[in-house]
Amino acid sequence: MAQTVPMAQKWWSGGKSPFNTEYGKLMRWYFLMSDAFTFGAFLISYGTIRYSSNGWPDPNEVFQSFPGLGSGFPLLFVSLMTFILIMSSVTMVLAVHAGHSNDKKTVIKMLVWTIIGGFAFLGCQAWEWSHLHHEGAWWGMNPFSNADGTQSTTNFTNFFFTITGFHGFHVFSGVVINIIMLIMTLNGVFERRGHYLMIEKAGLYWHFVDLVWVFVFTCFYLL
Amino acid sequence: MEQHPTHTHTEHQDTGTKEIWRTFWILLGLTIVELAIGFYMYKAGLQPGFFKNFLKGLIVVLMLMKAFYIVAYFMHLKAEINNLIMTIVVPLLLFVWFIIAFLMEGSSYNSLRNSLDRNHNEKSTAPVSPEMKGSKETPSKVTNEKPAHTE
Repeated sequence: MAQTVPMAQKWWSGGKSPFNTEYGKLMRWYFLMSDAFTFGAFLISYGTIRYSSNGWPDPNEVFQSFPGLGSGFPLLFVSLMTFILIMSSVTMVLAVHAGHSNDKKTVIKMLVWTIIGGFAFLGCQAWEWSHLHHEGAWWGMNPFSNADGTQSTTNFTNFFFTITGFHGFHVFSGVVINIIMLIMTLNGVFERRGHYLMIEKAGLYWHFVDLVWVFVFTCFYLL
Repeated sequence: MEQHPTHTHTEHQDTGTKEIWRTFWILLGLTIVELAIGFYMYKAGLQPGFFKNFLKGLIVVLMLMKAFYIVAYFMHLKAEINNLIMTIVVPLLLFVWFIIAFLMEGSSYNSLRNSLDRNHNEKSTAPVSPEMKGSKETPSKVTNEKPAHTE
């Protein structure tokens, strides 16, 4: 944890943890690193296929609908999704922060907001998927043509649904983890334990989900 | 596992919350700039070329800045000791090579296929007839019947 250590501390001479952190948090970091490689592999294969194609659909033509407003609004809906995820990341880090001072009430409040944000994001994604499906897009089906008017391949939809689906699955499991954290907080498990370090580890996962969205959002909607 | 926080400073909480909101505003600002660039690229109808690639590069830089702020301040990696930061960040440097190698591979494959496979080149550069564009059935059928590419 964030104890200050003298600069000349000998971390590797035995008797103390060289990483100055608890086991669970360290392993969480390594899990997230491996998960980053998974997402990285997905996004790089998307990039490879895009570089090996003569044409590619314009995301502004494909993703331009907003529920209740119809079409003709490129970037608007995905901006909302991004904002929801950033907001829920803020409430999560506020929950972690409140956990450091054993402030149970604030932890509960902020976890509830985070869970609401997670569900809101999943709802947005469900709407977008069903909307695209109604337009005829799915794995193996691509109704959109390339930006230059040529015939597009199904690579575009395959990558879109696979990668946003994989990310959505991460959001879903993050929401489940946060709900478990909320139940444990309500039951006073962390209070009895004397610390809220578990919230911190759940928070790491949730921020990672937000981090991945930064990359997915940029690669699919902006580039 | 059973390490207990040895101290809880109330004055730390205020600066901590302030830093969280500061990070939030930075992230929001970077996102808005990203979206503005994206919207400009769309509205101006930029043709592929140096300027468009420059703007896309700018978006990637902004994306990496956002990633830095999330990891450093929301995930508190900046507050960890150097040993831990290095075991996380150094392996991720492999991505530099991954991205360069695979994107070059992709574009090399593209130019080889365009020059060697005339059929592919003609098919993928011929415009779609307007009645096919926007209809739900025909294009998906066409793409389904197409033999799968080797990629």
